[in-house]
Amino acid sequence: MTPAKAETLEWLVQRVTAAILAVCVVVHLAVIVIAVQGGVTAAEIVGRVAGSVPWLLFYSVFVIAVALHAPAGLRNILRETTNLGKRQTHWIMALVCGVILVMGFRAVIGLYGLEA
Amino acid sequence: MSEQTITVDIWRGREDGRFQTFEVPRMASQTVLDVVTYVQRNLDPGLSYRFACRVGVCGSCAMTVNGKPRWTCRTHVDKVAGDATGGRLKIQPLRNLPVIRDLAVDMAEFFEKWTQAKAHFVPTKTRDDDFQQVSPDDPQRKEATAGIECINCGVCYAGCDTVAGLASYLGPAALNRAWTLVNDVRDGGQADRLKAISGVGGCQSCHTQQTCFELCPKHLNPTAAIAGLKRATVKALIKGDL
Repeated sequence: MTPAKAETLEWLVQRVTAAILAVCVVVHLAVIVIAVQGGVTAAEIVGRVAGSVPWLLFYSVFVIAVALHAPAGLRNILRETTNLGKRQTHWIMALVCGVILVMGFRAVIGLYGLEA
Repeated sequence: MSEQTITVDIWRGREDGRFQTFEVPRMASQTVLDVVTYVQRNLDPGLSYRFACRVGVCGSCAMTVNGKPRWTCRTHVDKVAGDATGGRLKIQPLRNLPVIRDLAVDMAEFFEKWTQAKAHFVPTKTRDDDFQQVSPDDPQRKEATAGIECINCGVCYAGCDTVAGLASYLGPAALNRAWTLVNDVRDGGQADRLKAISGVGGCQSCHTQQTCFELCPKHLNPTAAIAGLKRATVKALIKGDL
């Protein structure tokens, strides 16, 4: 892929995931505000998300959007504040993306698999 | 500053220089360029600076005045040396460009990026063809007209924090010019231009801070032009033209 294509695609992915995250974060904050009304307990959280396919899909989209959005922004910061080369920032991006995906899905699938 | 003079701190030397202080007589409707010219002609003939037209057309006299890049020939002392600055003037060379000496910077990099962005007209017609009809009401022509009055003064380039952070960034002026050409129906260099402004340091590197829009002495909006380029590159990507 040419640098022109790669750069434009990365920018597009960052913008599209930003739009998805805007919705996800609003839902996330709304759930927090509603959930804390009666006091948050582990049982209450498990009761909501365990075995729930809609919540599984929602948090899966959330994790994927974060995993794509954050590394792109991080690369811009690294480019402007460090002397790291293209290859190094590329691998840091890939690593951050992988860590977010693994940690995110570990939580999402873990909670989905619990007994309600 | 007494009522008859103004205290002026002027940068001397290269990047590792220092400020030198002068007292310059105050005059009605005095511009910052008038002040610098007075110093060079009456107090220190060795002062280096650059100017030509003195009326805001040539774009050669831009300097940093009290911390902000400005076109000095059209910047009145009254406007920039108010109470907030203690009535003083602090004049430095433009940021983001190598200093040659005193207030003169090397503009080569600024114009090289103009070339890198392929911000030049590529003709498609010959002298045997008829004139291209372009209506002033055409939406594309309106976009081009909005950005066409750039005088290459470098104020936007000096004010841009992205240029300061990313050396390869093409900068607001070159990208603004590229956008006027993207909207020129007579131009034949579109595909190459979009490729040139999409790589690392291209239009996607802009953080939309709008400093260029705030500082442009011609009241152009390079940030809007760059946003237009971002849309154009995405369209080209989808069509497979990048």
